[in-house]
Amino acid sequence: MFIGHFTERPYQDPKSGYFGATGLPIKDLTLSNEIYDSEVGADLYNRYLDEKIYADECGFDGLMLNEHHSTPFCMGGATNVEAAILARITKKAKIVLLGNILPLWDDPLWLVEQLAMIDLISHGRLIPGWVRGTGREMVSHNIPPAYNWERFQEAHEFIVKAWTTSGPFRWEGKHYHYRYVNPWVKPYQKPHPPIWLPGVVSRDSLMWAAEKRIPYIMLATKLEPTRQAFQLYHERAAEVGYKSGPQNIGYLWKVHVDETEELAEEAARKYVQGPSNPFLAGNEGTTNLALASLPGMTSRRRVLPTRHAATKYRGGVESIPYEEQIENYSITAGTPKTVLPKIRYVLETLRPGIIFFWDGDGAMTHEEQMRSLRLMKEEVIPAVREMATELDLPGPDEVDPATGERIKANGALVAAS
Amino acid sequence: MPQATAAYTEDLISVAGTDLQVLKAGAGPALIIFHDEMGQHAWLRYQKALSEHFEVWAPSHPGYGKSPRLDWIMTMRDMAGWYLQAFDELGIRDANVVGFSLGGWLAATIAALCPHHFRKMVLVGAAGIKPPEGEIFDMFMETASEYIKLTVADPLAVEEFSSVCPPTPSPELAEAWEVAREQSVRLSWRPYMHDPGLPHLLRRASGIPTLIIWGQKDQIVPLSAGQAYRKAISGSELRIIDGSGHRPEVEATEKFLSVVLDFLGGG
Repeated sequence: MFIGHFTERPYQDPKSGYFGATGLPIKDLTLSNEIYDSEVGADLYNRYLDEKIYADECGFDGLMLNEHHSTPFCMGGATNVEAAILARITKKAKIVLLGNILPLWDDPLWLVEQLAMIDLISHGRLIPGWVRGTGREMVSHNIPPAYNWERFQEAHEFIVKAWTTSGPFRWEGKHYHYRYVNPWVKPYQKPHPPIWLPGVVSRDSLMWAAEKRIPYIMLATKLEPTRQAFQLYHERAAEVGYKSGPQNIGYLWKVHVDETEELAEEAARKYVQGPSNPFLAGNEGTTNLALASLPGMTSRRRVLPTRHAATKYRGGVESIPYEEQIENYSITAGTPKTVLPKIRYVLETLRPGIIFFWDGDGAMTHEEQMRSLRLMKEEVIPAVREMATELDLPGPDEVDPATGERIKANGALVAAS
Repeated sequence: MPQATAAYTEDLISVAGTDLQVLKAGAGPALIIFHDEMGQHAWLRYQKALSEHFEVWAPSHPGYGKSPRLDWIMTMRDMAGWYLQAFDELGIRDANVVGFSLGGWLAATIAALCPHHFRKMVLVGAAGIKPPEGEIFDMFMETASEYIKLTVADPLAVEEFSSVCPPTPSPELAEAWEVAREQSVRLSWRPYMHDPGLPHLLRRASGIPTLIIWGQKDQIVPLSAGQAYRKAISGSELRIIDGSGHRPEVEATEKFLSVVLDFLGGG
């Protein structure tokens, strides 16, 4: 089992009057950055990095970062900058990027170089995932949404080739053109760092991941549609001729643990309120329909069963109240004793080999996040590892997602029993 | 206004390596209608009226309507080049052309590349030139129907508005709008709805008698772009239609027809 930590690094500024249940409503891409307070930003970036460094000390396998643009709900506009800092300072955990928004890059050779540098500085601890991004990202970096999927695939092929083929070589593709590809940096991991793919909506992306034998992570989706989507992955893997398993699929959801049930509830309610992510369920953000359906962004027909739930969970007028999110496992909060059976239920239902606890988000304070991390270290992570062994849920460090073969401690492959 | 009685036919013709959906009506000198960024989904009063005087050809550009998309068409100049091949194969030359919005940009691009194909040209609220003042409204920041509402000055006052934008579009129409928006992304996302070279290339189009029509209340393409077109095509005339938005052909149909027929010579 691969256990990771995630927070979206929201911009928190109670003074602004904009964020949270008591703030003003915000429609996506309509909030001017004139209210941005650089002191607040400076403190928050450092806080979120400190929390990741502590998560490394707490024994998490992965420190997950994501990327969004022109929005207060995620401060990771240049996620590789954060990853580079963690590469130097953290010691053990993998740095999981879910991920770089491939279609945004007009010059993916920058990605080839930046990610290889991060992989080297961390001595091979980088997992450079890709995402396709949302309408917000296409608009912010001005990339034609109708070419999103083509650019994603071509950039992936280009990056993998640049990591695995000795240069110089030329690349004359449809969207990318290079006369001299010969970067003077190569990744630490061979043949190249493992690529993961998170998603929610697109069936094309999930099928592509299954075909490429790339682990696929569902982001805060409802359990039953998530299970159905994972089933599609496993079926596609069988069709293309390999046996996928828990090591190929991951799930991210909101988990917060605390010293008492009261403290846990007080903190977990902040997932959906307070001066924070206005787009989280329960908060005041409203989705912009046009941005959510930019022409050509994703197939209008080939969507996943998780799509509808995802749209709801991401906030807006249809957002789901805290109590209901507790009820349906969208949020798991409590003391380790009460949280562990709920985690077990999720593991039994979805059978993932990769999980991320989405914590410290919304209006949660640094202290609340640090308490939760400490309890995860002391009680949750060891217990979840035992559960994973009992339920036979190997992560991609234990069983190779590309072949289904068990990986020995020294990295060698052995045939799965 | 002329009685609009002529029916139209719809064909899928094989031309220039693909199939082209063409709506056709009337007889007389050829008149080509180039639809806008949302495609063409109705046969409107002004089209019927024009078909009283002309043989009207209204193609759906490749990637719109039932005309398949051509993967290599990534710019408006690609699209114009494809149309020149199609004109050659179909023997179309010396035709009149009326282009609306993105279709005006297309007509102007063809005129700049190959002026002898057009007898007379009418550009209506044409995209294609960066407005010296103001910006072209970003259609992609609105849903299809919200955008169409903004193309007219007052939807409630436009008799034909429900033909252009039904209150509850059928699933087929909603899908056709999305297909159109997708192809418009490919042609116009960046630079948005214009080609920096076009005003310079248009010097070559100066031999074509050109009428530029602009709605006085156009909220989509600023009037300054119309003035830039007038400057770029020497000898061209700019007519502003009072009270009208981006679609004078449906907002002020009679005025529009009288101006256009007067210019084209009524066939």
